[in-house]
This record gives sequence, structure tokens and C-alpha cells, in this order.
Amino acid sequence: MPDKAADRNIENAKNMSIIVTKGTLDWAYPPFILGTTAAAMDMKVSMFFTFYGLPLLLKELDLKLSTLGNPAMKMPMGGMHMALPNMMAMIPGVDRAASTMMKNLMNKKGVASIEDLREAAVDADVTMIACQMTLDLFEYSPDDMIDGIEIGGAATYMEVASKSDINLFI
Amino acid sequence: MSVHELNAEGLNCPLPILKAKKMLKSVPAGEVLKIRATDPGSVADFAAFCRQTGNELLSSTSEGDIYLFEIKAV
Repeated sequence: MPDKAADRNIENAKNMSIIVTKGTLDWAYPPFILGTTAAAMDMKVSMFFTFYGLPLLLKELDLKLSTLGNPAMKMPMGGMHMALPNMMAMIPGVDRAASTMMKNLMNKKGVASIEDLREAAVDADVTMIACQMTLDLFEYSPDDMIDGIEIGGAATYMEVASKSDINLFI
Repeated sequence: MSVHELNAEGLNCPLPILKAKKMLKSVPAGEVLKIRATDPGSVADFAAFCRQTGNELLSSTSEGDIYLFEIKAV
């Protein structure tokens, strides 16, 4: 492989950090889309997974979304858009069905799965940091998580953030 | 000089960019990657991607519902 200017520029690359706090199917997208895209644009990316975002690092993902308290979620259906009343979301199986419906829709529209985006993030050397406190709190072991992640706390994140050009909280 | 082509038809944001970046890593400097996409958002995104990464966007055109890009690798 010839020495490429794009690789040589990596020292001058901009940095981005993202705090990932939400782990539902829908909320998993913004951090992974922006993280992978920033890495593709030669930025050095660090993602800090805390609270409900932490399970996005589990080896096996089983992502779901809820229609509960989400009046803006309107699924396209036969040329119309359908929202689900909160009462419906309380019926067992409805959230599961809505999650399956969303995954099918995404697949049909050529939207990447979170599994694929996470793999792309690993391939692009995105630094993924699991919050130590959240591991303790929710009783996860680093062994439950994908390989190659780092473990850290608030100070670890702040050091990264203080050197970053872009810091996002999602 | 070999031909470098990427078919990103049917893929949605950010996959065309991610796949293009992956391919560009193996395209020698000065050679051109041709991309076919159907995502209308890719028009603005490939322009931004090239401005940011220094790769040169030689052309951005469309044929019907297909968007065509030629990117010269740095």
C-alpha cells in the first residue's frame, strides 16, 4: 500500500466525542451514524457509553423501541402515517411488533442495521468506552461486551472531550 | 491504472459514504473511484465528504434516479 496523504493527515485530524445515553433501536442510530461517518471523514472518534446506552456494547444486541410516550413516531402505512396510542403500547407484544416493523422498514429502505454500523465503527478504529459506574450499577461484566472496548469514568470522558472539536450528548 | 467502481444503489445514509471511504483506502492516489447511488442525500454528502477529506470530487451527475460520482483519491 503506497503512503497515502489521507493517512499522513491523520495526525492533524479533528476529534469528536459522543456520549451515548440511550439504547433503544431508534436512539441507537444517531450516535452510530455520526460516529462512523465522522471516522470516514478522517476524524478521531470516541464514543462513551453510559446508562441505557451501555447495552449497545453487548455482544448480542436485541434492540427494541417503544411507542409509549412517543407521539412523534408515525409509521408509514398504505400512503398514510399511523401513530399508536399510548394505551396500545401497554398491551404485551405491541412494542415487540413495532420493533420488528421498524427493522423490516429499515431493511427495505436500505438503512444499515445497528449491528452493521457498530462493526463499521470497530473497523474504523472508533474508540468505544464503557462507563465503569454503569457496568457496576447494572451488573454487567466487561466479558459481556464486544472485544476492543475500553473502560473509563467521567474523568476519562472529560479528558477526551477537552481535546475534541465536537462533543455530542445523545 | 485499474478501474475502481462502487455500486451503492439501494443503500441509505450513511452507507454510501462508509463504503466509499472503505474503497478509497485501497485506491492509489490520483486514481478515480466511480460511485453509483440512489440516495438523493448522497449528492450533498459526497460533496461534504470530499471537502473534508481532501479527495477531489471530479463530477457529480445523475441519470434518472441514479446519482453518479467520480472521486479522485488523494
